[in-house]
Amino acid sequence: MLRAALFRRLILRPLRRDVPRTALTLASIALGIAVVIAIELSGNAATGSFQSSMETLVGKVDYEITANGGVDEKALVKLAALPLNVRFSPVIEQPVVIAGITSARRASTTLYGIDLIAAGGSGGTSDGTFEPKKLETFAVVSDDLAARLNWKKGDSIELRGRERSRRFTIERIATGQNTAAAQELLGMYGKLDRIEAFLGPGEGDPAEKAIRAAVPATWDVETPGARSEENRRMLRAFRWNLRILSYISLLVGAFLIYNTIAVSVVRRRAEIGILRALGTSARGVLLVFLGEAAMLGLIGSLLGIVLGRVLAAALLRMISDTVNALFTTSAPGAIALSPLSVIAAILTGTGVAVISALIPAREAARVAPAEAMRRAIVEHETRLHIRRDLMWAAALALIAYGLAQMGPIDGRPLAGYASTLCAVGAAALISPAFVMGSIRLLRVSLKRVAGAAGLIAGRSLVASLARTSIIVTALATAIAMMVSVGVMVGSFRETVEVWLDNQLRADLYMRAEGLGSAGIFPPIAAAVPGIAAKVPGVAQVDVLHAFEFHYEGTRATLGGGNMNVVRRHRFIRFLSGDEDSILSSLPGHDRAIVTEPFADKHHVHLGDVLQIPLGARTVPLTVAGIYYDYSSDRGMVLVDRSTLLKYLPDQPVTNVAIYLQPGADSTTVRHELEARLADYPLLIAPNEVLRRGAVEVFDRTFAVTWALEAVAIVVAMLGAANSLLALVLDRRREIGLIRYLGADSAQVRSMILTEAGLLGLLAGVLGLALGMALSLVLIYVVNKQSFGWTIQFHPPIALLAGALVLVWAVTVVAGLYPARFATRLQPAEVVHEE
Amino acid sequence: MKRYDGGVIALGGVSLECAAGKVTALVGRSGCGKTTLLNLCGAMDFPTSGEVEVAGRVTSGLGDAQLTGLRRTKIGFVFQFFQLLPALTAIENIELPLLLAGARNTMAAARERLRWVGLEEKAEALPYQLSGGQMQRVAIARALVHDPAILVADEPTGNLDTASGDGVLKLIRRAADEFGAAVVMATHSAEAAAIADVRVRMRDGHIESVEPC
Repeated sequence: MLRAALFRRLILRPLRRDVPRTALTLASIALGIAVVIAIELSGNAATGSFQSSMETLVGKVDYEITANGGVDEKALVKLAALPLNVRFSPVIEQPVVIAGITSARRASTTLYGIDLIAAGGSGGTSDGTFEPKKLETFAVVSDDLAARLNWKKGDSIELRGRERSRRFTIERIATGQNTAAAQELLGMYGKLDRIEAFLGPGEGDPAEKAIRAAVPATWDVETPGARSEENRRMLRAFRWNLRILSYISLLVGAFLIYNTIAVSVVRRRAEIGILRALGTSARGVLLVFLGEAAMLGLIGSLLGIVLGRVLAAALLRMISDTVNALFTTSAPGAIALSPLSVIAAILTGTGVAVISALIPAREAARVAPAEAMRRAIVEHETRLHIRRDLMWAAALALIAYGLAQMGPIDGRPLAGYASTLCAVGAAALISPAFVMGSIRLLRVSLKRVAGAAGLIAGRSLVASLARTSIIVTALATAIAMMVSVGVMVGSFRETVEVWLDNQLRADLYMRAEGLGSAGIFPPIAAAVPGIAAKVPGVAQVDVLHAFEFHYEGTRATLGGGNMNVVRRHRFIRFLSGDEDSILSSLPGHDRAIVTEPFADKHHVHLGDVLQIPLGARTVPLTVAGIYYDYSSDRGMVLVDRSTLLKYLPDQPVTNVAIYLQPGADSTTVRHELEARLADYPLLIAPNEVLRRGAVEVFDRTFAVTWALEAVAIVVAMLGAANSLLALVLDRRREIGLIRYLGADSAQVRSMILTEAGLLGLLAGVLGLALGMALSLVLIYVVNKQSFGWTIQFHPPIALLAGALVLVWAVTVVAGLYPARFATRLQPAEVVHEE
Repeated sequence: MKRYDGGVIALGGVSLECAAGKVTALVGRSGCGKTTLLNLCGAMDFPTSGEVEVAGRVTSGLGDAQLTGLRRTKIGFVFQFFQLLPALTAIENIELPLLLAGARNTMAAARERLRWVGLEEKAEALPYQLSGGQMQRVAIARALVHDPAILVADEPTGNLDTASGDGVLKLIRRAADEFGAAVVMATHSAEAAAIADVRVRMRDGHIESVEPC
């Protein structure tokens, strides 16, 4: 009861009286939590829909049988002969283009070719059997694709495949869960993408063993869940990095909670002293202030959950675009706010708030009975601790450095994350000394430039050192995040642009029509390269046979290209070794070059022999070189096409690069190519379009990152406004006094805005320094260990300078409300109220 | 007359003239209207009816900017609790009114006043490093740094021991004598009232008597 009364008296009433400050504090917590929730929910939705939508149509698949380079359909005969109660269904899964749709996103879909007669026995097609003669033009369309394109049963649709177009009639709209699934019957090409096995009643492990024994040892027999799990594993680093970024907003929020409770304690010190004298225990006071934090945390979290759900919907498209572009094909699923994530958010928000409040609440509990200690003494103590804090900061910085030297833990850059946290901690401890030292340096100039406002602003910030340094730290953390990610992304972009310059040397590029994404390599008709070579103006046609393959439990890309052409036209940067001699060693030999991410992921070194299952054989490929590559973090193994075709003679061409004769006009040649290849669903793009597209993908990938940064900056700005308001409230007597001494409203406003500007400036400098340090950790530790890419350090100076000026301006704007509040204080009232 | 919201009449039927170079002491119990009268004299408040003329200007007709200008140039304040800005040094506290007024050579003038109150050696001290008496002397120096026509002092010795209080009273007396300021001082103390030229006894918002000393 007593505690409840205390809580009402000490906490609730003041919070109600200070509505703007309460609202600002809640808004910062809510935003912090909202970002965490949004990243989690949209991440789950973007990556949670890997299960084949075929499952809903044909029933639950028990095993998927796959092979690098495709499954030979003859295996079906062998499997069907097994004395097992198992049904085997051949599946072709390929991207196709729906004719007559102009938008690239809408026109692409996945085509599944399955054996419907075989599937007819399972649960998915329970409405009857299929008439064999109708099957050739029979299509089942997923409900969401039908809704998207306004299709209904009986409609005729035209699908464009590799070699030709065919018309189908929609016989069913299937209740697919969430992905765009379409299926049709096609003639078999001799190769399948996979065989699905459905176990009958009574079949179990022995059946799996028998299946494994019936197919070549190089083939994979795995449960569909394993594939989803693999996808999730592949996306783990990507999601962890987003998560860590989202936690930064929460960290900034934590600094602000600390500040709010600290202000709360300082302002009620006299009351706490009186209550202690009247018999309230130290524990009671501690609990009351922790209660304040918990209450703010709880309400903020609840608001954050609602906001996070809305934000998640906005982020989902951005995240799934990235997943598709860089990792694997997936259609975004529904955003599901589970009770578990609600509870986790509440616990996180409240927990962070309570932990942040521990130090100021303990300070409140230490107030001696009847003591009305002034803030000046607390601030004086802060100054006395500066030396000790600096020593701790040095120790933390050393630990941060040490952690940055460590390797990944469980495949994740955990030590790198810990290093960034230690660096932020070190910056927080340096902050008081930095604020005091800087203002000492600026003192004379401040007075000269801003007169009385400059003098008072500078001095007041030092006088409130404990509080000032917290807000500088919070702002600096947000700025550091902006700077570090800015430097990382800028460096990455520059590195990728240089790489693109080296890679994209051809004049025109061709690939199959439809949306491209990681792991999907739609084949090009075999006749295309020959036709292209005959077009006037074409000097050389280079082809690439790329496909996804399994290696050591993860998926990567295997490519076969003409190394002599590559040697002549492109520039491949190797980690070590001479480009020319490496490339010339590939043709005619079982040798390969691998990308840096592939080497990193599989611990591959120069000279190692990779055992790559290709078709029914395992091919030993000697690693002749490791090269820098930024196309995908899944990694790539590149061999000469003669080597690839030796083992997989039917492997189709997936990409064509065309080099023009000197003086040939690119547009004319492209038009001629388009005319001659009109029967094939191809995209022919000039070099600059491809380059622009690659950079666009890059920029889209980091759009989420920028969005997260913007939120962290907004949280910090709310904190700046909140803290400035606290400073004004705390110093209202002084503000009243300077009105007595002849200050007009403009001078009071200018004083508060100068303080805001100084806070922004100091936070900017500290944030820039911290951000630069963090960017090194991001580039050389977190990014390298997460994705395996070596990024060259190229800080985007102009962008950073612009962003810093913007943040500084916003901090000054954050001072407007507190400044207005200060000018409205009644001097005669506030000067005499103590 | 001064009537506050809610109908309380803080001051009524008051007519008083404070002459330059003279110390006028306002005496009376707490709540008798001394501070209200001081605020009117210091152009920090307006009468509900009637007029207050400070250094030849009627305050009721002035806007915020003009009132601020009046305080900057013509009025100095001394408070019971010193009211120094804790973040500024002694010399900076004294310099502040000049800086607010946009004056030049502010440091020299501030140093001159600090010397005048006998605390030259404390120029760089922060308020918390000064005794109560020293803080009040700094406050007096600040109130006089711009040569005000009127010095408003609210219980200037109310928070000081006798010795320090005596020192402060001497300075206030000298302010009237040497600078020709019209000093208006609210006080409970007999010692403070003793240095005055005119003693104004107040009771329940009215002037009970005006006694020349």
